[in-house]
Amino acid sequence: MDLNYTDEEKAFREEVRAFLAEKLPKEVSDKVRAGISLGKEGHERWHATLNEKGWLNYNWPREFGGAEWNAVQRHIFEEECAMAHAPRIVPFGLSMLGPVLQKFGSKTQQDFFLPRILNGAHWWCQGYSEPGAGSDLASLKTRAVRDGDHYVVNGQKTWTTLGQYANWIFCLVRTDPAAKQQEGISFLLIDMDTPGIEVRPIVLLDGTPEVNEVFFDDVRVPVENLVGEENKGWTYAKYLLTHERTNIAGVGFSQAGLDAVKRIARVECANGRPLAENPHFAARLARVEIDLMAMATTNMRIISRAAAGQAPGVESSMLKVKGTIIRQEINDLARRAVGPYAMPFASEAVEGDNDPIGPDYAGPVAAQYFNNRKLSIFGGSNEIQRGIIAKVRMGG
Amino acid sequence: MDFTLTEERQMLQDTLRRYLADRYTTSVRNGILAGDTGFSPDIWRELAELGLVGALFSETDGGFGGAGFDIATVFEELGRAGVVEPFLDTAILGGRLLAALGNPEQKPLLERVIAGDLHLALAHGEPASRYDLSRVETTARAEAGDIVLNGRKAVVVNAEAAGFLIVSARESGGFFDLDGISLFLVPADSAGLSLRGYPMLAGGRAAEVTLDEVRLPVSARLGEAGKGFGPLMDALGAAHVALAAETLGAMETAVELTRQYLLTRHQFGRPIGTFQALQHRFADMLIELEQARSAVINAAGHLETADRDRQNAAARNLISRAGRLVAEETIQMHGGIAMTQEYELAHIAKRIVMAEHRFGDADYHLERFIALGAA
Repeated sequence: MDLNYTDEEKAFREEVRAFLAEKLPKEVSDKVRAGISLGKEGHERWHATLNEKGWLNYNWPREFGGAEWNAVQRHIFEEECAMAHAPRIVPFGLSMLGPVLQKFGSKTQQDFFLPRILNGAHWWCQGYSEPGAGSDLASLKTRAVRDGDHYVVNGQKTWTTLGQYANWIFCLVRTDPAAKQQEGISFLLIDMDTPGIEVRPIVLLDGTPEVNEVFFDDVRVPVENLVGEENKGWTYAKYLLTHERTNIAGVGFSQAGLDAVKRIARVECANGRPLAENPHFAARLARVEIDLMAMATTNMRIISRAAAGQAPGVESSMLKVKGTIIRQEINDLARRAVGPYAMPFASEAVEGDNDPIGPDYAGPVAAQYFNNRKLSIFGGSNEIQRGIIAKVRMGG
Repeated sequence: MDFTLTEERQMLQDTLRRYLADRYTTSVRNGILAGDTGFSPDIWRELAELGLVGALFSETDGGFGGAGFDIATVFEELGRAGVVEPFLDTAILGGRLLAALGNPEQKPLLERVIAGDLHLALAHGEPASRYDLSRVETTARAEAGDIVLNGRKAVVVNAEAAGFLIVSARESGGFFDLDGISLFLVPADSAGLSLRGYPMLAGGRAAEVTLDEVRLPVSARLGEAGKGFGPLMDALGAAHVALAAETLGAMETAVELTRQYLLTRHQFGRPIGTFQALQHRFADMLIELEQARSAVINAAGHLETADRDRQNAAARNLISRAGRLVAEETIQMHGGIAMTQEYELAHIAKRIVMAEHRFGDADYHLERFIALGAA
């Protein structure tokens, strides 16, 4: 047992920190901290900065030009980025599709798509969920019918995050409606410029157009854009889901969020005293901090096992459930900490170039609280995760 | 970072787990609970021979361990088996104070402790002190070159078996002052020392202790006059690790018993583990169990650091909450069978919940965590 990082890991953390200090512009981290959208260019610029350093595809193996960091290095990088309020790496191409292509894609697909993920020529989005297929993803209905050298795709995808920026979408489509649910699904790569595709924004409850509906009307997709074998798409989809789970606990985000709540609670007053001294508030804050301290160690235990080559299994589900509960509790504390100034609907339209309404830290917290209700819903809802945990651990 | 046990600790864990699984069966333990000594002297001796007590002391003190992870390893296994024998009292509380403060005449007693021949008890808490560690009303007055103790000590675990009681008493200052508290090594047969012994709900025995003009030579003082509070905190630091680990072990047993029961108990024509209402609660317990394990690791890993008290407060708060969840939920998921005294889970659940009453419950440790964070 040793709770300390090795000297090499400490040096690596310093290197990451120095990089962020030098390369992360303050106006970008301010936006991330305040929960303001970076826009397409903002994300692309940050990706380019990371790519220049060779740190954009850090989870890719060396044979594909990646840095091939181990789980501990990835954790350190993600934690430092979260603490510094760096933009998240948009995951769809880099940590979702990339690994699937590396494992199941053809050489031609790898040679064509992987460099374009890196250089930003392709912005990928994910075509998984449908209006009738959420937690029960395998019930998806979007059809792809073979017609000569093409598949003809008809149907609808939804909750397509940042689909408004994307020029490519990877989709799960049904190619064999007669087969058992999971066995008739294929994995298709679709150019968003193909005729018959329509993207409609969905405005979320915090006012952000973060997700979209994507409609497919007789969309013709060349057969060479099928990944792996026809009707084996479910296998690839599951691989994708289990592959990128290192940051699922969101420890760095929670630590940054907790620091923010503490800063607010030192400034906000209740009964003439800082909110931080209010026993009820302090107790809730302390409880979640204690949970987070344990969570950080739970996370490191799983990461160090992963670094030693043991693939995390049901532990990922545990991290997801507890990690999201903690993040949502911190969001709730922040919302309550700012009092009545949680209520204004902060937006460009209201504030423009004017001063913020109320204290500057108050603007985003209520929106973030509502936006982060998504955490326990997406990526397999917390109920789905509990079902997995019980099934695996009950044995029998 | 490395979260694996050293080879030595792995061996200790294996040895204890095997011995306790074979020897400390439900029926044996139920026999101990029904007896009037509070524990089994045979099992005590056998465990001491296996090196359990030695593992809790450093080499300089005659043992072969004594670090946070040694304590955690030992007590997790004791908790897993629901052991009621007073290792916390004799070895951690009594033993560590003796090791830290004993003078050349007192310290040789440690050898007997490690060999399993001598019991100790810490007589610190008082009827009005609750969990306040500095609230000591028992007095020590100097008289004709002797020390005379007067006062009452509450719920002194293992007092009846102890050859010596380590008694805290105030030599100066007010009721709540940190300075002025001294510790004394009081022979159990001292004149004026009387015990009112009783069994405890979750096993073991304790006593209300009365000190009525107990006269001791000055050499009975452990450590410096009026400076007992710091060493007491050091011993308690280790006790918190032990209690957290013991509770973790007990939680693991409670969850494992429940897992088996969910698979085997049939109602409405199927195993009750197939019901989602129980599956999700089972999953939540497993998550909290992992959190509890991490809390123990954090506490054990910080025992010899400046962050010790804050980490201990965090661990004991978390484990009090998680422990209560596991105790209550495992009883509920079992249903009626868990309400019977002889069923294993009933004892385990009582150990989990009653541990919260030793040196601070969830609220106490939360308050402490807040105070230490603000400091």
